[in-house]
Amino acid sequence: MEKGFGDHHPLPGGRERYEVRFHGRGGQGTVVASVLLAEAAFLEGRGVQAFPFFGVERRGAPVVAYTRIGEGPVRLGGSITQPDALVVMDTSLLVGLKDTWRQGLRPGGVVLLNRGSVPNNLRPLMDSIHIHHIDAATIALRHHLGSAANPLVNTVVLGAFARVTGIVSLQALEDAVRTRIPGQLVENLDAMHEAWDEVEES
Amino acid sequence: MTKALLSGNEAVAEGVRLARAQVVAAYPITPQTTIVEKLAEMIGERSLSAEFIPVESEHSAMAASIGASLAGARAFTATSSQGLALMHEMLHWASGQRVPVVMANVNRALAPPWNVWVDHTDSMAQRDTGWIQIYAETNEEVLATILQAYRVAEDPEVLLPTMVMLDAFVLSHTYMPVEIPSQEAVDQFLPSYRPVVRVEPGTMQLFGSFSPPDLAYMEFRHDMASAMQTAHRKLIQAGRDYARVLGGQPLGPIDEYRTEDAEVLIVALGSLAAAARDTVDEFRREGRKVGLARIRVFRPFPEEEIRALGSRVQSLVVVERAHSFGSGGPVATEVRSALLDIPSRPAVASYIAGLGGREVTPRHLRALVERAIRKDVPREAWVGVKEVIA
Repeated sequence: MEKGFGDHHPLPGGRERYEVRFHGRGGQGTVVASVLLAEAAFLEGRGVQAFPFFGVERRGAPVVAYTRIGEGPVRLGGSITQPDALVVMDTSLLVGLKDTWRQGLRPGGVVLLNRGSVPNNLRPLMDSIHIHHIDAATIALRHHLGSAANPLVNTVVLGAFARVTGIVSLQALEDAVRTRIPGQLVENLDAMHEAWDEVEES
Repeated sequence: MTKALLSGNEAVAEGVRLARAQVVAAYPITPQTTIVEKLAEMIGERSLSAEFIPVESEHSAMAASIGASLAGARAFTATSSQGLALMHEMLHWASGQRVPVVMANVNRALAPPWNVWVDHTDSMAQRDTGWIQIYAETNEEVLATILQAYRVAEDPEVLLPTMVMLDAFVLSHTYMPVEIPSQEAVDQFLPSYRPVVRVEPGTMQLFGSFSPPDLAYMEFRHDMASAMQTAHRKLIQAGRDYARVLGGQPLGPIDEYRTEDAEVLIVALGSLAAAARDTVDEFRREGRKVGLARIRVFRPFPEEEIRALGSRVQSLVVVERAHSFGSGGPVATEVRSALLDIPSRPAVASYIAGLGGREVTPRHLRALVERAIRKDVPREAWVGVKEVIA
């Protein structure tokens, strides 16, 4: 074990790895969200990796990014096929992706939707997986993050994600944002806090 | 020493900054682009005191790097795939003129069909250009290798350009924790470049001049060949000195993993080795004697090390992301050649895998090792090729 590992609470279910898949659209900050989550876990002494689906990024096009968090150092492990949690940054993707958006999600896994409510057609899934929602676009705009056409929701979504999963502390996320986000620091931190307060815990 | 979360491309840029490169001439190409962006940013904010030359092509990027190096500057460039192919002519100029340019190449497939994912054909196609070639497995190694590359390239007994390879996306765009050494420690390991000869205004010298058959052409080439052999020893020394001054494990031409008493060895380059480590661990848990020999330096080819390993094992399973059409896997070809005349020659299986970024998992590698254990050692086989392409 490297120094610094082990001074945090164990991963859910005593697992060695916790893996997250993000679905978003180019321009929303999806890849940055995956890196911020990794950075927060890294600051808490865990082994981490963050990577985009290896594609060619274009604004508006579907984007997939991943974060892998480990109890100890994480060796390169290829793509994530059985995530513990899914973050859907833009729920318009749910239609186009049909059911593939939740492909591989582990039973009892967590889903966080950027939306005002859980869509009715997903409610039957709530017996086997934990679905949470946060109206991240509204919060982002309230804090002047992005524009109405393209709200920057990544820090907002992460605030809610940290609350519902407990995988990283709000403090670590704040530090990650301070390290990585050059502009609108106060706005990002305030929006993240608001999401933390607003999202319902499972 | 601090630890930070860096992508492979950021690790390259950080290494170049710590090396205090003085000239950066580069042309952007996916997936190398963020190296150039990061360096431009560093130069813009003056955390790297260098001249940035935006060029109109990779051919020019290499030409500018050669010029800068001839003038006595520590020069850096980076490219990938098609860009490296376009540089081909200038690669020979760099090595022939003995300029210690360091270049990062993000290994990416060559078109057609268009593909931006990992594949080693781009740099394998440049193996005869007289460049030292080093393939990294992690982002931390990427940073360390940039520094070691300058140290060896600039050694007056070597003076050969050096290419540092990192796998497209798997390393270039993946964020991992990286130990960043202090500038003071780096300066101790890598002093400023002191050129043996340089272009100087007012001084008459010839660079890259004409040499007919009976003059010195062949002698120049012979000298390059000797320098490449010397580089082998210098690379080992640089790896040791790096570990001593900057920490970490010494990195040599071959990175062995659980090779003690191994009967079967997986041979791989770059990030394929990470998957191979998982495969090796799984076999070892079952009490089966499997190890990994990661070839880190491909030029100069670590022939002695391969022979030493080969004489201890029953078979080698070479898995590579490149193919030489009409010949086979370039790595397997060289491994076989190195082992040809040793007394107890092991069998060498050659697998072509993961071209154009197709994923190679520990499960795939396990199946290949199982075949070797059953004495099924193909001369050449392709992993996971689909029968029908719609």
